[in-house]
Amino acid sequence: MAAPTTRVSGRLAWPVIALAGLGLALLVLPLAGLVVRAPWAELPELLARRSVLEALVLSFGTALASTAVCLVLGVPLAAVLARAADWPTVPRRLLRAAVTVPLVLPPVVGGIALLLLLGRRGLIGSVLDDWFGVTVPFSTGAVVLAQVFVALPFLVFAVEGALRSTDRRTELAAATLGASRWQVFRFVTLPLVAPGVAAGAVLCFSRALGEFGATITFAGSLPGVTRTLPIASYLAMQSDPDEAIALALLLLAVSIGVLLGLRDRWLPGVRG
Amino acid sequence: MPRRVVAIALAALLGGTVTACASPSDGGSPDGSPSAAAGSTTTAAAGATTVTVFAAASLTEAFDELATRFEQEHPTADIVINYGGSAALARQVVEGAPADVFASAAEEPMRTLVDAGLAASPVVFATNTLQLVVPAGNPADVAGLDDLGRPELTVALCDESVPCGAASAELLERQSVTAVPDTLESDVRAVLTKVSLGEVDAGLVYRTDVLAAGDAVEGIEVTGAAFVVNRYPIAVLTDAAAAQFATDFVEFIAGAEGRAVMAEAGFGAP
Repeated sequence: MAAPTTRVSGRLAWPVIALAGLGLALLVLPLAGLVVRAPWAELPELLARRSVLEALVLSFGTALASTAVCLVLGVPLAAVLARAADWPTVPRRLLRAAVTVPLVLPPVVGGIALLLLLGRRGLIGSVLDDWFGVTVPFSTGAVVLAQVFVALPFLVFAVEGALRSTDRRTELAAATLGASRWQVFRFVTLPLVAPGVAAGAVLCFSRALGEFGATITFAGSLPGVTRTLPIASYLAMQSDPDEAIALALLLLAVSIGVLLGLRDRWLPGVRG
Repeated sequence: MPRRVVAIALAALLGGTVTACASPSDGGSPDGSPSAAAGSTTTAAAGATTVTVFAAASLTEAFDELATRFEQEHPTADIVINYGGSAALARQVVEGAPADVFASAAEEPMRTLVDAGLAASPVVFATNTLQLVVPAGNPADVAGLDDLGRPELTVALCDESVPCGAASAELLERQSVTAVPDTLESDVRAVLTKVSLGEVDAGLVYRTDVLAAGDAVEGIEVTGAAFVVNRYPIAVLTDAAAAQFATDFVEFIAGAEGRAVMAEAGFGAP
């Protein structure tokens, strides 16, 4: 097991560096192009447009709401998933697959599925419509649902990862000292995984903010009600590219802002 | 249909390398002949020349039929059609999408391409008018344009940035109706789908879309619709790779057989 002397310097082979550079260029250059081609002079006017402000407010509101829903539903789901390690193989794998599918599914498929489930003629939607007169599609609530569908797995896996790396003995100790199951979860487990929860929430918010396919399919596109920033940007591209670029810049700025604002506190992944 | 999707993806990949960068600064040839320098995109495996057509969503059924007929008459031609909102398609062409022919649902998107020097001498080959469309059985008892203003109804319209939306806005204004839409879709087929799924009570689409959707929907003639006519232009693009077949296809569409198929689909004569 003698260490190869050529690697003492720790340098990577040049093909690795070259390919890494190419990969980095692929990630960075399109965004640089966006910044370069942006109509900077007209930007204040473009961003002050009513259509832009409406989309901005709607996007932030729905992304915050769906992050809240994801936290309420996702943390318990992550707790179950983390414990599922002790389960028999089949149910454990089924549970994991169910949480993973939305992660790998094209969002537009999620939108179609939601429409077929919750639409007026859908399995659940028809009951809601007949009994309560509630129609879900084409509402701001539908936007939140679509966002939750695509963003929930991000939160679940972030929290589950944190849960798995915690020391179960701390919880056992608390239980031995007389804490109820709820008290253990609330006062021992949750504080231990808080960084994971926060990281998951940030990922969840970013994903919800960028949601497009499921939203336009399930919730439609109406200014102020369901037309979020990505949809507004897509539509503007057909008639007013400058506005589309302005909206895209706005989304880019928000995404970078979210990452920068939280990097030191909670997101180990982006701490330089 | 899946075969076409694959073919479009392939065309995008192959065409992207074959078609040189578009030069929008060039004013375009006034006689309408595509640039002579452009060669043909030949797919070696199939031995056929791919002709990429960007067409308005409302042309789907008619152009599928016409493409099949054209391919029968020209066995070495492979027509690949990318359907979408006319405005979005025009924008894709401006951004360098490799297309040979553009067929628009209105004159405005075509004008964008002509102004950019990317298309020359468009020919109007069909016309279309709007109709109210409701799910089969008309569950919300929609009778006319005024019903689009009933707030309790779920209404889908096209966004004003696409031809059917511009026409809808014109029609509504002409008839002094203030619609209360629940969603503004980015192409006419998205409106039609939401009506045929029964998710919305009413929408405004082209009369040809109502015919294309068959039994899933019902069309209702609207007062004033005859005065808001969409004119469909078609043109060979200046940078067409398969210029000869593209020209033949445009002539075929505008010719007798094309007219017959278009009329069958419910389009009006130009």
